This record gives sequence, C-alpha cells and structure tokens, in this order.
Amino acid sequence: MLLYLARRIVYVIPIVISVALVCFLLVHITPGDPLVAVLPADASQELAQQLRAAYGFDRPLPVQFGLWLWRALNGDLGHSIATGRPVLTEVIRAVGNTVTLALAAGVIGFTFGLLFGLVAGYFRDSWVDRLATSFAIAGVSVPHYWLGMVLVIIFSVELNWLPAVGAGPNGSGAWGWDWEHVRYLILPAVTTSVIPMGIITRTVRALTGDILSQDFVEALRAKGLRETDVFRHVVKNAAPTALAVMGLQLGYMLGGSILIETVFSWPGSGFLLNSAIFQRDLPLLQGTILVLALFFVILNLLVDIAQAAIDPRIKRG
Amino acid sequence: MSELPLQASSRAISDAALQAAPATKARGYWTTVGRRLSRDKVSLACALILLAILVSALIAPWLGLADPYQGSMIRRLRHIGTPGYLLGTDELGRDMLARLIYGGRLSLMVGISPVIFAFCIGTSLGLVAGYVGGWVNTAIMRAVDVFYAFPSVLLAIAISGALGAGITNSIVSLTVVFVPQIVRVAESVTTGMRSRDFVEAARASGAGPLTIMRVHILGNVLGPIFVYATSLISVSMILAAGLSFLGLGTKPPEPEWGLMLNTLRTAIYVNPWVAALPGAMIFAVSICFNLLSDGLRSAMDIRN
Repeated sequence: MLLYLARRIVYVIPIVISVALVCFLLVHITPGDPLVAVLPADASQELAQQLRAAYGFDRPLPVQFGLWLWRALNGDLGHSIATGRPVLTEVIRAVGNTVTLALAAGVIGFTFGLLFGLVAGYFRDSWVDRLATSFAIAGVSVPHYWLGMVLVIIFSVELNWLPAVGAGPNGSGAWGWDWEHVRYLILPAVTTSVIPMGIITRTVRALTGDILSQDFVEALRAKGLRETDVFRHVVKNAAPTALAVMGLQLGYMLGGSILIETVFSWPGSGFLLNSAIFQRDLPLLQGTILVLALFFVILNLLVDIAQAAIDPRIKRG
Repeated sequence: MSELPLQASSRAISDAALQAAPATKARGYWTTVGRRLSRDKVSLACALILLAILVSALIAPWLGLADPYQGSMIRRLRHIGTPGYLLGTDELGRDMLARLIYGGRLSLMVGISPVIFAFCIGTSLGLVAGYVGGWVNTAIMRAVDVFYAFPSVLLAIAISGALGAGITNSIVSLTVVFVPQIVRVAESVTTGMRSRDFVEAARASGAGPLTIMRVHILGNVLGPIFVYATSLISVSMILAAGLSFLGLGTKPPEPEWGLMLNTLRTAIYVNPWVAALPGAMIFAVSICFNLLSDGLRSAMDIRN
C-alpha cells in the first residue's frame, strides 16, 4: 500500500506542472494585449511599456512561466486587474461557495443515483428499471442551465416558493446552514445534481447487472444465502467503481459549475470565472482555472487511494 | 504500466466494445447493425426526430416561415399560440418558430462538428499510440493525461474564454476537449487488437505498419470508437449551446438556441414559457442523440 501511495503521488507531480503550464499558456493564446483591461485607451507607448515591465510581460515566456510557477507555489497568484485584490483571496472565497453547492448537489445526486442504479440493476427490464433508466438518460441529456431556468420559472416565477438568484437574504454575504440561506441553495443544488444522478444511475445499474451475472452470486444463492445478504455482496463489489465515479463527478461539479452559477448568480468560482472572462481579467482567469484544476487533480488522487484501500485487487495491479 | 483509473466509464465502454468482436465480413456486419437498429423502436423514433430537425433547419428558407431577423417593438413577447405566431415572439418581437427552426443550423453545426473533428484527430492519434507503442505511446498518452486533469466544462470555457467569443473558437475549444477522450478509447481498442493473430500474420507476410494500421486494424477498431464518439455528441450539443449561453459563442442577432436562451432569460418574468423554448430544442436533440447512441451500442454488441 505504501509503495502504491508513493507511486501515485510521484505520478501526480508532472501532471500538476503540466496543468500549471496549460493555465499559464492560456493567457498567451489570448489575442490582443493582456493589459488591454487596465490601459486607458489614450495611454502613451511609454506608459504601456512601463506597465508591461511592472507585470513582467516583457520577459521571455519560459522565464515568465518559471517566475509565475515559483510565486504560485508560494501562494501568490498575482492581483486581479479589475479589483486589485489578491487573486488567491478572491478564488478561495468563491471556491467555498462552490464547495457548498457541489456538496449539496452531491448528496442529492449520489443518493438518488445509487438508489435508482441498484434498484434498476436488480430488477432488470421491469417497469422500475425502465423508469429509473428514463430518469437517468434525461439527467445526462438535459442542458442543466436550461433546467435551472425551468425550475426558476416553476418555483420562483409561477409559485413564488423559492428565491431565483443569489446565495442568501443579503446578497452574497456569509453562508450559514439555516433555512434563510438553504432556501437559496435548493434550486441550484437540485439543478447541479441531475447530471451526477444520471451518470451514477447508469454506472451502478450496469455494474449491478454484471455482478449479478457472475458465478459467485450463483454460488451464494446455492449456499442458501438470503436475497438481502446476496444484495450486500453485490453492493460490496460495486462500491470501488461507484466510489471512483462519484469522486470524479464531485470534481466535475466543482469545476463545471460556471453555467449553473451564472443562471442563479451563485457567488462561486464559476461566477468569478465568468466575470474574469468578460472583464478580460487575465490573472484572475489564470488563477481560478489553476485552483479548480488542482482541486480536480487532488480529488482524483484521493479517489484512487480510497479505491485502492477498499479494493485489494488494485494494489497488486 | 500504471494508468490513471480516472475514466473508469470510458474504459468499461471500450472493454465492452472489444468484446463486441466486430466483423468477419464488413458489409454483412454493418447491414446487421442497420437492421437491428431499425427494429429498435426508440432508436428509430430518435433518428426520425433528429432527421426532421436537421432537414427543416436545412430547408428553412423554403418553408414559408417568418423572417427570423425581423423584429418589431409592438409585438414583443407574444404568448405561445397567439394567432400568426404559433410559438410566440421573442424579446425583440421576432417570430419564435422561425428562429427555433433557423437556430438548428448553427446549433447543430457547432454541436456536431467538434465531435467529427475530434473523431478524426483522436482516432489517428490513438491508432498510432496503440500500434506503435513504446515512447510514442508514452508521449501521446501522457499529453492526453494533462487534458484529463481539467473537468471538460472548465477546459472548454477556459479555452473559449481565452480565445474570445466566436463560432470558430467554440468549435476549436470543444474539439480540444473531445480529442483526448477519443484518443484514450482508440488507444485502448488498438492495443487490444495489436497482438491478434491476423495482425501478426499480416506483419509476417511483410505488410508495413501503415498498411497494417489502415487495412487490418482500422476496420476493426472503428466501430467501437464511432459508438463512443456518437455518445459525445449530446455533451457537445449541451456545451456548445452553453458557450453561447454564456456569451462565448454565436453573436446576436444570429438565431442559435444557446444564445436565444441567454437573451430570453431577462424575459422569464414576462413570458416564462416562451423563454424556455430554445432549451427544449437543445434537450430534444441531446436526448435523441443519447438514445440513438445507446441503441447503436447494443445493436453493435454482437455476440455469437
């Protein structure tokens, strides 16, 4: 196990460096001057040159990357061009809200996904199976930003039960787990949960089907085990893969929340990313993407380790 | 070699696809698949719906529809079913039915073309990685791993955001998102095919690597890769429209479903159900492609 752990961690290092490189290069594929957002339209050539030097844009690319990486490793992602605040501070505050949303959506999506998947896999080709698979296919096919709009139309516009936008009664103030705040979380969380719900239903259904058709299940039944105990064995065998898929989905929710956060004006990392793109705030764009991608890499690492801890077959592989 | 078990799902797909054991005789195989597919009622219905949307988008100018660009301040946001405006009008008074049908042109083009490009690029790269092996494989697959370190929505938006708004940029960014996924599937099926007897036989009889890849391997791996690619179209449609929805894709006044959803969003308190229509189109296309892809997969899953 230790050897496996060490190998996995060492393997992540080049990935992290490459991810940083991609984030760094993103800014340099941007057409136009990276300073366009701060420079006044009538700025003199001299001023532009000075600013370029101040931001380090006049150095050769590899040097810029080295410096940027070194500063990033020390927790300095630069300052937002639009607000002048440190990028890291902005990103961390926003990521907190995204984590809240992703966790809430994860609880909903994983619970229903596992439930639907197990039931559908167990009662293959029954009406329950057909119902669950229809839900699942709708979940993976629906444009979630549109679903968000439809839910707002139903529950905010028509019924006036839940708030349509924001993350609390006083805009984007501090989050709390009381009803006043949770009301704001319901619609975005339900919207975010449909994709993981669909994917997990489909995965778990297929897994359950595969496991049930294996010889050992036959043996368990022949041994006279009750069906509930057989079911326990099925769950145990499906767990490692299901866990991996859930981990990956959690990562997708953290990194892919921009559309939903835009629909609901949820003050998370996606919302930040959106404003960074449209204000051409390149340090903020770079920093937000880097932090989200690193989150995703670390989450994947944790999932792999957890999977290896549960499933003894992986370590030997 | 320790490969990241990141994409358990895609590997499961390719494993299943490997067992699908394509084809002793090429024509007979595809005929069988076609016949199975047309017997599957769900797939048939989906294919017909998609065909109807595609054809009506293509022949839209000859359908006698209202001008999709012609707005009018006095007939803004009419409700669905208003006489003369079957599906109402949008926030600038343009006919929704016409815009939805015309919208299919850009929406389908931007949604489908990245998958086609990624299919061509990804299959070539995956085939080379899988067949040549060695350091070539390592180089290609490690590069692919880097892209897997980004959630796909984030990657698409990051590239689009950096490149700037526009249709071409949307297509480029989505292609970059899908290439690595197809490379992984293509590499894995090719690796499984490489040491098969008929490949060894071709090699022994003096065939060069290009010939073997083209004649002996491509035909056998294309099916599984194709099925995987079709399953990406639905995601691509949603993401392409999503980019427009954010303002990173098509520019106004072009009719495009994602952009229409964006501009109509301000109208949900006035005429909510008209505002939701473009999304229903995206949903319909996306679910039909998904069901069709599922149907294709089970139709190709031929076990003796």
